[in-house]
Amino acid sequence: MGLPFFQTGAARRIASGVALAAMLGAATLTAPVAAATLRMAWSQDATGLDPHKQTAFSSIRLLELIYEPLVRLDSDLTIIPALAQSWEFAEDGKTLTFKLDPDAKFQNGEKVTSADVKASFERLMAEETGAAARANFLSIASIDTPDETTAVFNLSQPDVPILTAMTSINAAVVPASEIASGGIGTKAIGSGPFKLESWEPNAKEVLSANKDWAGGTVSVDGIDISVLPDETAILAALRTKQVDFALINDPLVATLVPNEASLTLDRTPVLNYHVLQLNPSRSPMTELGVRQAISCAIDRQDVLDTALLGEGKVAGPLTMPAYATDPAELFCYERDVEKAKQLLADAGHAEGFSATVIAATGEPPTAAAEAQVIQSQLAEIGIKLDIKMMELNVYIDTWLKGDFDMAVALNGGRADPYSMYNRYWTKDGNLQKVANYIDDTLDDLMQKGRVETDPAKRKEIFAAFEKHLAEMSPWVWLYTSYIYTAQQQNVDGFVATPTGSLFGLSAVTIK
Amino acid sequence: MNYLTRRLVTFPLVMLGVSILVFVSIRLVPGDAITAMLGTEAGLLTPDQRAALEAYFGIDQGWLVQYGRWLAGALQGDLGISVTYGKPVLDVILERFPLTLELALLSMAIALLVGLPAGVFAATRNERSSDLVVRILAMIGQSTPNFVVGLLIIFVLSVGFGVLPVMGTFTPFFENPLQNLGQMILPAITLGFAFAASVTRISRSAMLDVLSEDYVRTARSKGVPALGVIWRHALPNALIPVVTLSGVEFGYLLGGAVIVEQIFALPGLGRMVLDAILQRDYALVQGSVLFIALNFMIVNLIVDLTYALLDPRIRLGDR
Repeated sequence: MGLPFFQTGAARRIASGVALAAMLGAATLTAPVAAATLRMAWSQDATGLDPHKQTAFSSIRLLELIYEPLVRLDSDLTIIPALAQSWEFAEDGKTLTFKLDPDAKFQNGEKVTSADVKASFERLMAEETGAAARANFLSIASIDTPDETTAVFNLSQPDVPILTAMTSINAAVVPASEIASGGIGTKAIGSGPFKLESWEPNAKEVLSANKDWAGGTVSVDGIDISVLPDETAILAALRTKQVDFALINDPLVATLVPNEASLTLDRTPVLNYHVLQLNPSRSPMTELGVRQAISCAIDRQDVLDTALLGEGKVAGPLTMPAYATDPAELFCYERDVEKAKQLLADAGHAEGFSATVIAATGEPPTAAAEAQVIQSQLAEIGIKLDIKMMELNVYIDTWLKGDFDMAVALNGGRADPYSMYNRYWTKDGNLQKVANYIDDTLDDLMQKGRVETDPAKRKEIFAAFEKHLAEMSPWVWLYTSYIYTAQQQNVDGFVATPTGSLFGLSAVTIK
Repeated sequence: MNYLTRRLVTFPLVMLGVSILVFVSIRLVPGDAITAMLGTEAGLLTPDQRAALEAYFGIDQGWLVQYGRWLAGALQGDLGISVTYGKPVLDVILERFPLTLELALLSMAIALLVGLPAGVFAATRNERSSDLVVRILAMIGQSTPNFVVGLLIIFVLSVGFGVLPVMGTFTPFFENPLQNLGQMILPAITLGFAFAASVTRISRSAMLDVLSEDYVRTARSKGVPALGVIWRHALPNALIPVVTLSGVEFGYLLGGAVIVEQIFALPGLGRMVLDAILQRDYALVQGSVLFIALNFMIVNLIVDLTYALLDPRIRLGDR
């Protein structure tokens, strides 16, 4: 008696299957196929449009396509011209003069002049702006504008790293008129290779090529960026050719890309570093022997292989190639469990101890796995770790208060060692209370490195700094990972940089 | 007061309670809009810079003042401005709601179209092998998390067939119905899968109860055809638990299906609320939770009114 139901049910299911196939077919066919617009996907969207205030990688990547700083870094981390054609430090290192590109124009048609440079830096430095990057420019005493294309920065003390800090999009030059009208952050009017046509937060961005860009010719018509929060969906969109170019964060997803013959995966080592932060203000990490024991007990390559599928490179504190030391020369980079046990026993903790390690859920995607491998390695010398996973914001709040025994972290790197570490390892560093470790040698070397203009001498200073830092083990540096871009074969010419910038999209062509 | 008026009067009270609960709980979570925007760089701010940003985000006053300010606005229909979107909260919500409503309707349609016949069929084949098959399928459906279903669908379609609906850019129904349905059908199936399984199970058991009632036996002995017994006599009485279940599920779905929206990159309410929480966009969290609560109450009211329609013995009138 139930048979008729079954038949109708089956018929309905078949009918709906046919309809589904038809609709999917139609959906696939009606996908936009504008050949010269790059269709791009990423999983994390920008969080705002104010170049001076935004610090999230996801925002910076977008803003670097729209705004320009005075200078930028190329793929070798060499400083190259952007809005400024040339620059010069005075003998005493206290004056920095920029000559602007006379052809540079903002996307509203106005010329980029030294007045815009002055207004932009004054906005950045004003406390009411709330720009975190202000901390990198505190040595700016005043800015002179002798003519339209010359900007002179007068510094209160010699400051070599300031030029590298100026490569950040946080030091972007914005139109003085927009500052006056309060438009910064609501509109995006820059001088860069792309114009922002529309932005729907957490959904999509539409960019068009800036035909008047003084930096060169953009060969695509524009970029349509889709936010696909799940990276496996990005991979699926690449497979079905819905997307030409994508940014991938998760090494577990990235390693699947080469399985697809039509796709190319590019991996670029980045400056950001994975680290196990110890809190040297908390017992027993107050003792050097305990911190060193932890450093000796950790097999960095094993953490990398297990948690990140080997996608990275063991590294010391300095991750920029120009300054990095061979990790083999640093303290205990070869795992030595016996030495670790001995150090722990000498410090009076032969039986080990218990501690809590914090990590952020999904940031980086491998955080939980890293914490677990570290937990099992430290268990071998009797240290019992309790892993506490936290939502990113909760983690950041806890981290900023220095309220942890240990923290698994992925911290931002900089092209200059001083800008990268003065926040943690100088006595008046802004994040000194996060690092919780004061060391005269480190502070002294940092100050020397700041004012030294001779590159060879700077390198020596920072090599000594790195060696000492690894030996004192306030943190246990682990490795650097990669940023990944995946692209179809018709996309050509993208060059990635270790800063993770997507500025290279300005040179991309679509065949 | 009649039933409807009584229920409607409680709405503002519940909303007030919800708004206080949301207001307090989101602020009890560590981190604020500043750490959400700046991450660890927030540690570089001077006290004056921090104060300037607090004023910008409207978190410079005490909780009571903040709540009072919000409530005063809300009473005039102004739910505040979302700092992420730079638009009024209500506009952001109303932009996202049609997608969520459509997704909820589609998944409910799938659930009822599949679940109800399957449940009734299983009940009529009680304890035979075909009943067992339906029950096993329903068990699998109910116990498979929807992210597994969603990812499997995406994987099978993209790897096996090289097709996938357009993701990232969403097409509203009235702009291009075919493309819209192409985008919505997979998420709807994903959500409808477990929903259909629940409907199957509950309609089967309700149907079994009803089929053992005297009046069903009477109808059968009077010679009413089998289909007539099931459709006309038994089913209407077996529907009450199905309506209850569907109402509750539908109410949940109107709050957005976070995981499915995330997997299929649909800009619906669920993802919007999740992003708002992660970015500590207080006004948007507050406004959208309130909106979701209101929807839930309306759906529940409709469910209660439906009971009376289905079963005249249930009276919702004066007491």
